[in-house]
Amino acid sequence: MKKLILAAVLVCGMTTAYAQKYMTRTGKVTFFSSTPLENIEAFNNETSAVLDASTGDFVFQVPIKSFRFEKALMQEHFNENYMESSKYPKAEYKGKITDLGSVNFDKNGTYNVSTKGKLAIHGVTRDVTLPGTITVKDKTVTINSEFKVRPKDHDIKIPGIVENKIANDIEVTVNSILEKK
Amino acid sequence: MKFNTHIMRVPYVFLLAGLIAVSCGNLYAQNDKLKQKQNDEEDANLMELLENDEPPKKMYTTATFKTTRLVTGHSIENTGKGVLDFRVNHRFGALNAGVSTFFGLDDANTRIGFDYGITDWLMVGFGRNSFMKEYDGLFKVKLLRQSEGKGSPLSLSYMGAMSVQSMPAPILPPGQEYHFSNRLYYVNQLLLARKFNKWLSLQFMPTHIHYNLVPTTPEPNDLVALGIGGRIKISNRVTLNGEYYYRVPGTEQLGYRNVLSVGVDIETGGHVFQLMLSNSRAMTERNYIGQTPGQWSFNKTGTIHLGFNISRVFTIVRPKEFKGSRNSIY
Repeated sequence: MKKLILAAVLVCGMTTAYAQKYMTRTGKVTFFSSTPLENIEAFNNETSAVLDASTGDFVFQVPIKSFRFEKALMQEHFNENYMESSKYPKAEYKGKITDLGSVNFDKNGTYNVSTKGKLAIHGVTRDVTLPGTITVKDKTVTINSEFKVRPKDHDIKIPGIVENKIANDIEVTVNSILEKK
Repeated sequence: MKFNTHIMRVPYVFLLAGLIAVSCGNLYAQNDKLKQKQNDEEDANLMELLENDEPPKKMYTTATFKTTRLVTGHSIENTGKGVLDFRVNHRFGALNAGVSTFFGLDDANTRIGFDYGITDWLMVGFGRNSFMKEYDGLFKVKLLRQSEGKGSPLSLSYMGAMSVQSMPAPILPPGQEYHFSNRLYYVNQLLLARKFNKWLSLQFMPTHIHYNLVPTTPEPNDLVALGIGGRIKISNRVTLNGEYYYRVPGTEQLGYRNVLSVGVDIETGGHVFQLMLSNSRAMTERNYIGQTPGQWSFNKTGTIHLGFNISRVFTIVRPKEFKGSRNSIY
């Protein structure tokens, strides 16, 4: 009986010890819109992300106002007219790594993963499945991902006058280094 | 009797099996709920971790106004760093003149000017006005910026300007000299603004203007005017603007009126069009604030002028982080 209790305590202890979290506040997110008329790229270096290595749960939060554009006026219009960032200050991807088993957080290496969760942009939340890679290096985890977002899906209205200058599919690139918390 | 008990046993077994099944089901259901609850808690924990020690970050309020001019006068907005703003302004003749001058469109005062953002808080500008062949130079400094949450509730800017008219010197009696300094005007202006919400921004503009030369000796060389203005956003790309300058009695020159201008801003990507109606057709502060003769009335005695500003911005200096970017215009 004593052995049983000991085993139970050990198992419980192990699971809590394994509840390892990784986090960053300086994650990079880039988006790129490509059309025959104009290419537009914007950078964000203030993305927050947290990953629970034991469950595969994660949250990405991207402050919209932190996107930097080459043209100051374009940045203003992005916030004012398209993303309405005062009303919807953050974009968020909250989800789970569906094939957590394929990642060994104790061993350096790059692992392909797929994730499933809710992507909220401009106040519209959609269920999505997104691919990515996790690179474990010592005590850091780098998350890379590339996927496409349709402004139309998130109720972002693009007026006819600039329709030809903004792509239907916006390419989003995530590159964030998370540190052990 | 024996037979009977036998029959009764069968339902007992079923009943038992049923009970077990139901309770197991319940157990599973409870398990699921527990799992869901745990999941939610995990998410909550993650969110907490994100939000708990979030460093407080200042978020400046942006786009208080669409462009650097409210109507004719300045707004607290500057052009961005490294951005050149090319501005063409027209003020037509009096609308009330009717069909004979095509409602004033036959004849226009123009100002062609450039503004440039040296930093995000310092803008310089230069312009040339057709009226009295006047050249003007200006700089505008952001002193305080309204921010969301903690920080300043107001934006404050200072605008300093100087202008010189280049009309031929008047013919003076012998022995009298027309000094170059007679042609000069100076402007000091504070701009105090608040964006109350997406739809409404208001601005207060205390202004001091110095005239090196005034028409008659009793008239003061220094004018103090209090301006008030604002905008109402009609849609994402259209705003309704207005500005009014009240000249403080005792500082004003004779025979002029306070200026009232109302306009619409229409923004189309890189351009902003401003259309306006005003009782002034001038574009330098000394002129439209201090020396507006027109009266706001649509009948014969009034002089209301139609006008427009066109603003086109060009990025001259690429921000550093965009040196290797994929941005391009074909």
